[in-house]
Amino acid sequence: MACTRAFSRLATRRTAVRPAVFFSRGFASVNDVHAREPISKVAEKIVPAPATSTIPESKTSTIKEPEPTKDARNKTFHIYRWSPDEPSSKPRMQSYTLDLNKTGPMMLDALIRIKNEIDPTLTFRRSCREGICGSCAMNIDGVNTLACLCRIPTETAKESRIYPLPHMYIVKDLVPDMTLFYKQYRSVKPYLQRDTPAPDGREYRQSKEDRKKLDGLYECILCACCSTSCPSYWWNQEEYLGPAVLLQSYRWIADSRDERRAERQDALNNSMSLYRCHTILNCSRTCPKGLNPALAIAEIKKGMAFA
Amino acid sequence: MARLSGLQKDVLSLYRQCLRAVRQKPAETQSHFRDFAKAEFQKHVHVGKKDFGTIEYLLRRGRNQIELYSDPGIRDIHS
Repeated sequence: MACTRAFSRLATRRTAVRPAVFFSRGFASVNDVHAREPISKVAEKIVPAPATSTIPESKTSTIKEPEPTKDARNKTFHIYRWSPDEPSSKPRMQSYTLDLNKTGPMMLDALIRIKNEIDPTLTFRRSCREGICGSCAMNIDGVNTLACLCRIPTETAKESRIYPLPHMYIVKDLVPDMTLFYKQYRSVKPYLQRDTPAPDGREYRQSKEDRKKLDGLYECILCACCSTSCPSYWWNQEEYLGPAVLLQSYRWIADSRDERRAERQDALNNSMSLYRCHTILNCSRTCPKGLNPALAIAEIKKGMAFA
Repeated sequence: MARLSGLQKDVLSLYRQCLRAVRQKPAETQSHFRDFAKAEFQKHVHVGKKDFGTIEYLLRRGRNQIELYSDPGIRDIHS
C-alpha cells in the first residue's frame, strides 16, 4: 500500500514537474550554460577559429553574375592585400572584376560588394558611408580620399588601384595603424581650457565674428588623408604633427573662448612640431571635405610671428 | 657569442622587457604571464634572420602587446 502511494506520489510529482520543464523552455538562456558564466570563462571555451586563409586570385578575379547582361560594364579593381596572419608573406595586389551596372556609384559600394560577394577576407574600415566618420580613408587611384565620397570612374577600360593610406603601418589590407596619429592629436589638447567662469555663469558666449573664425576648422573629421599625403609628414612622422593635427591645434588657438592660446603656441614653437610644414599644399589639394589645412598652418605661423 | 645586429638587440631587449613586466603582476599568476610571453616569441622563432620586414612588424606588434598587457587591471592570462 505504502509502495503504491509512493508510486502515485511520484507520478503526481512527475506530472507536476513536467509543465515546469516545458515552461522553462521558453527561457532559452536558462538551458544555455554559457550564458550565466562570466565572459572570461566563456571565452576560454571558445576554440579560436583557424586563421582564414586568403582566397587565391584565380577564384576572385572573375565574378559569376547570376545572368550576365549583354551590356555589362565590367571594371577591374586592383586592391592592396596583406594579412598579419602570415607575417613573413609580402604584400600583393589582388584584382577583382565587378559589373558597374549592379554596383553603387561610390568606391565604398564596390568594396562592400567585393567583400559581400567575392572575397569576405578583404578588410577595410567603414562606418557612415556618407563622409562624416572618416573611417574609409584610403589611397584611390593615387589620391588620398574617402572611399564613400569617391565616385567610381565610369570608363571601364581604366583599372582602379586601391591602396591603404601611404606611409602608415598596416594592420591588415586597407586598415592603417592610426595610433601615432591619435597620440599626436591628444598632444595638442583638443578641448576648451579656461580658468575664469562664464560672465553670466551659464554659457561661454561668442560673437558671430568669433564664431566665423572656426568655420573651415571644425568640419575636420580627422580622416588623416591630409597628413598622410604630406611628404614632410612621411619623413618626420615622429616629430612633425602633420596638417590634420595642426588644423585642430589652430581650431583651439583661434577659439575666442579658450584662454590658453599662449601655451598652445608655445608648445608648437620648436623646429619640428610646426615648422616642418614647407607649404607643399598636398593637404589642401587632397582634403575630401574641401578644407584648407595649409591656410590654418599659415595662420598659426603668422600668429606666432607677430606675437 | 657573435656580435648581435641592431635588430637582434631590439628583439632581446623586448624579451627582457616582457620578463621584467611579468614581475609587476600578482605573484600567483606570474607564471601564466611568463609562459604567455615565451610562447609569443616561440611562435615566430622560425622567422628568417634576414626577413627584416617581418621582424620589424613583429617587434612593433610585440611592443603594442606589452603596452596593452602592462595595464595593472590585467591580473591573469590564459593562453
